[in-house]
Amino acid sequence: MLKSRTFLKKTRAGGVMKIVREHYLRDDIGCGAPGCAACGGAHEGPALEPQPQDPASSLCPRPHYLLPDTNVLLHQIDVLEDPAIRNVIVLQTVLQEVRNRSAPVYKRIRDVTNNREKHFYTFTNEHHRETYVEQEQGENANDRNDRAIRVAAKWYNEHLKNISAENQLQVIFITNDRKNKEKAVEEGIPAFTCEEYVKSLTANPELIDRLACLSDERNEIESGKVIFSEHLPLSKLQQGIKSGTYLQGTFRASRENYLEATVWIHGDTEENKEIIIQGLKHLNRAVHEDIVAVELFPKSQWVAPSSVVLHDEGLNEDDVEKEEEREQMLKTAVSEKMLKPTGRVVGIIKRNWRPYCGMLSKSGIKESRRHLFTPADKRIPRIRIETRQASTLEGRRIIVAIDGWPRNSRYPNGHFVKNLGDVGEKETETEVLLLEHDVPHQPFSQAVLSFLPKMPWSITEKDMKNREDLRHLCVCSVDPPGCTDIDDALHCRELENGNLEVGVHIADVSHFIRPGNALDQESARRGTTVYLCEKRIDMVPELLSSNLCSLRSNVDRLAFSCIWEMNRNAEILKTRFTKSVINSKALTLSSPEVRFHMDSETHDPIDLQTKELRETNSMVEEFMLLANISVAKRIHEEFSEHALLRKHPAPPPSNYEILVKAAKSKNLEIKTDTAKSLADSLDRAESPAFPYLNTLLRILTTRCMMQAVYFCSGMDNDFHHYGLASPIYTHFTSPIRRYADIIVHRLLAVAIGADCTYPELTDKHKLADICKNLNFRHKMAQYAQRASVAFHTQLFFKSKGIVSEEAYILFVRKNAIVVLIPKYGLEGTVFFEEKDKPKPGLTYDDEIPSLKVEDTVFHIFDKVKVKIMLDSSNLQHQKIRMSLVEPQ
Amino acid sequence: MAGLELLSDQGYRVDGRRAGELRKIQARMGVFAQADGSAYIEQGNTKALAVVYGPHEIRGSRARALPDRALVNCQYSSATFSTGERKRRPHGDRKSCEMGLQLRQTFEAAILTQLHPRSQIDIYVQVLQADGGTYAACVNAATLAVLDAGIPMRDFVCACSAGFVDGTALADLSHVEEAAGGPQLALALLPAAGQIALLEMDARLHEDHLEQVLEAAAQAARDVHTLLDRVVRQHVCEASILLGD
Repeated sequence: MLKSRTFLKKTRAGGVMKIVREHYLRDDIGCGAPGCAACGGAHEGPALEPQPQDPASSLCPRPHYLLPDTNVLLHQIDVLEDPAIRNVIVLQTVLQEVRNRSAPVYKRIRDVTNNREKHFYTFTNEHHRETYVEQEQGENANDRNDRAIRVAAKWYNEHLKNISAENQLQVIFITNDRKNKEKAVEEGIPAFTCEEYVKSLTANPELIDRLACLSDERNEIESGKVIFSEHLPLSKLQQGIKSGTYLQGTFRASRENYLEATVWIHGDTEENKEIIIQGLKHLNRAVHEDIVAVELFPKSQWVAPSSVVLHDEGLNEDDVEKEEEREQMLKTAVSEKMLKPTGRVVGIIKRNWRPYCGMLSKSGIKESRRHLFTPADKRIPRIRIETRQASTLEGRRIIVAIDGWPRNSRYPNGHFVKNLGDVGEKETETEVLLLEHDVPHQPFSQAVLSFLPKMPWSITEKDMKNREDLRHLCVCSVDPPGCTDIDDALHCRELENGNLEVGVHIADVSHFIRPGNALDQESARRGTTVYLCEKRIDMVPELLSSNLCSLRSNVDRLAFSCIWEMNRNAEILKTRFTKSVINSKALTLSSPEVRFHMDSETHDPIDLQTKELRETNSMVEEFMLLANISVAKRIHEEFSEHALLRKHPAPPPSNYEILVKAAKSKNLEIKTDTAKSLADSLDRAESPAFPYLNTLLRILTTRCMMQAVYFCSGMDNDFHHYGLASPIYTHFTSPIRRYADIIVHRLLAVAIGADCTYPELTDKHKLADICKNLNFRHKMAQYAQRASVAFHTQLFFKSKGIVSEEAYILFVRKNAIVVLIPKYGLEGTVFFEEKDKPKPGLTYDDEIPSLKVEDTVFHIFDKVKVKIMLDSSNLQHQKIRMSLVEPQ
Repeated sequence: MAGLELLSDQGYRVDGRRAGELRKIQARMGVFAQADGSAYIEQGNTKALAVVYGPHEIRGSRARALPDRALVNCQYSSATFSTGERKRRPHGDRKSCEMGLQLRQTFEAAILTQLHPRSQIDIYVQVLQADGGTYAACVNAATLAVLDAGIPMRDFVCACSAGFVDGTALADLSHVEEAAGGPQLALALLPAAGQIALLEMDARLHEDHLEQVLEAAAQAARDVHTLLDRVVRQHVCEASILLGD
């Protein structure tokens, strides 16, 4: 087996250390082409096709494999991911370079390689006896790698000749480096640039749009004039940051003004935390979220943040003079106090570019292929892309990636990635909001699905280990109609001693999702199931969420049970936990109104509309809360350092100010010293003349609350859950739709000895990382939900036209009022200032929240009448607009 | 800069080996004439020299003599130049004491000590170059040296290390793989009976994976045995030719 020679590879690290490593060369590495007699098919996993049926290329009509170099892989990954491109050989040299240079691209290329349809093959050339090359004297690492790639390409071409002369299989070397290409052609390797090759694919013209346009650095200076100053190299930046001449921070573009941005400086420095950057040249091609280095100006050049709203709407792309005029506009005379630290971007430490959603602004010239793309996010600059399908893409939502921003270009260059569909279409808009909220929603990969149980599935002897048979109990679940992911079921029976036994049975998801495998990793990444108005993005594959884990009626299902013995006064005498098998009977509620899962703790305001809560619902909810609390106690007892818990911090008293003031204006008193007194005083706050007041007060109270978060018990001291007034709390009852519950299930299973532990489970830092991700995903899921509701409300009002409805004032602002329309549960802002109209006289009173507009006074909770309509003046950002009907 | 990838998707390790493959082993017996037994081994870039004296009378305090068996005395040392960064290692530091103790335990289990009561067997091992798996190299070298000295043993003692990366057990770790900080298991095996002379593990490894790693180490130790056996047979052949048989 070991027919290898030993090589010594000497590298110098840090100048003094001499590292000697062994490097074995092998002769058993397959070339990846099936049916190759020389290699004997000595490779498993994805392989190349024996007869590549590639898209017809006018440059290379013979069947061929592609062999890209590192830069092609790094920059043209969008092209390579296209289903039309198949049979690609990825060299180990290339893969390692990609790994060192860009983690996201490395991940993408790995995903592509694992996809069998794509026929990508990774060739371990560095360990192959015939393709290994040693670094020569005077040759740098890059040149050596280029040479290694060429040697491998050459070897492949000769090797494939041996298999079948009649087949005439070829390996085409793809490189964008001119010199490298010339050398390859000299050595007799068929080589093309990526652009040449893609353009030769006559059957797939759409691929050209996905090409990243990279301008050759050398040509750049010659053409056009330079707008921006050069970015300093990383080594200089790091030197400058160390010595204090430059500051490192995150670049945050302004939503209102495209010529202004702030840089949040990293570290704990008290002063100069926020640095203002003003003007195109000083922004120096930084894009929102980039990590940049800035140079601070002397105080004499400091400016104040401008309050001007400026949107980049110029049609003429390279009109730089005009920009300068506009920049002058920003510099208004202000008092010295308003001046803030100001600086300019000198270099980029790390780009944080991602693919952006948005729309095409078609160029005025009919035949033009260059167009500007306007991202949905206003903080992202417009991007210049090249496309031939401008007319088809017009009015569509598309995704574009940035390739680079040369010094002589007003806008960054990018390329088209994907067409999402028509603006306003439900599917398109859903896709957009999922992308913009970073909700992972791709179909589950083959690797993930491979860890699902094989169907038909039944409970085996092995499954019954450490498991109690509770099939004889009458267990039922309570669900709205059409619900397919049933997490929980209940039972209750009278015991011989007169006490009651109550059990909560939760789907045993952790039985199917084993720690550490691809399925587990994917669910951990997704963190939660996201419920949109008409769509559900599952956290676990459907087979589990809607079938094997779902506690459906009249079938045997695995469950994790929490069973209490209670007396008739509902005092808990005993609590025990066990894994079990149950057979549930379903109970369907006739209430059709469950559009969203309600957050049982903070009562998300979206759900406050005319929803009717049945007693059964609240009964189920009460028992779920009880189960969560019981489990939280148990896992904290067992794992005091690494229990996953959930807390809801008490809000600071100042948060309640607005609520107290508002209540006072209606002669009611709200006590906020404890959660209990708050709840009691809210219950008492009724006004017979104004029945809706109580609901309004409760909505206001919700707004005062803090966010509930997951945390690891070893990393925090404060466990209190304010909303539920419980000293300890966790999530146990919805493992199908929340990953936190899966971790809690595992902890509890270990605590009762029903399952084994694994190292990551008892590592508090890993657990804290999981909590961080879960909190982020939950927040994003919530935002996505709200955005989805907002979009559906828009659809609703689009069909309705203009309507007038009664509304209540929820908040009073300095120049507007926020109103709530009980009929639709819709909230909106009514502005009193309008464009092109004289400003009305506004007087704002903070003590009794009220606003005086000309002669009318608006108080909080006043009843008004508003007109609701859809504002489609901006296609990308349609919104509901409200205006006052009564009082005038 | 991403960290080192210890095992690629294609199943190759940093130096080009597959998960269960050993490094290249070269060994020689009888390298010194004045010692009773001696051997030199190279396992990849790890190189070790072992010298055996005995069995002979107890040196020093007579009180150390054991009435029923021989005393096995092991001393480990590492050359100043054995690692990339040259460091003086005083005789008797913690690491070499520990290693000496481990070697002693290993060979007390393998040598038929009851054949030589009240006597002493000295095993001196020196590592000339360290590139991971020093314990294993020392044991393997010492085995050959003990055989060379003609001291009766139950069986060869073959040692090998194993690690665990991404759900796969790696045999015979190199220095780079050891330095990555994963769990590492050292196993000394008596291959014929499958008995374990010594098993050591640092860092935490989940119970569920232990069997897999142990099996990888055991298989590697059996592979080492095949190689050492070949070395011994060849040495005996050469010796008998010299004797003129």
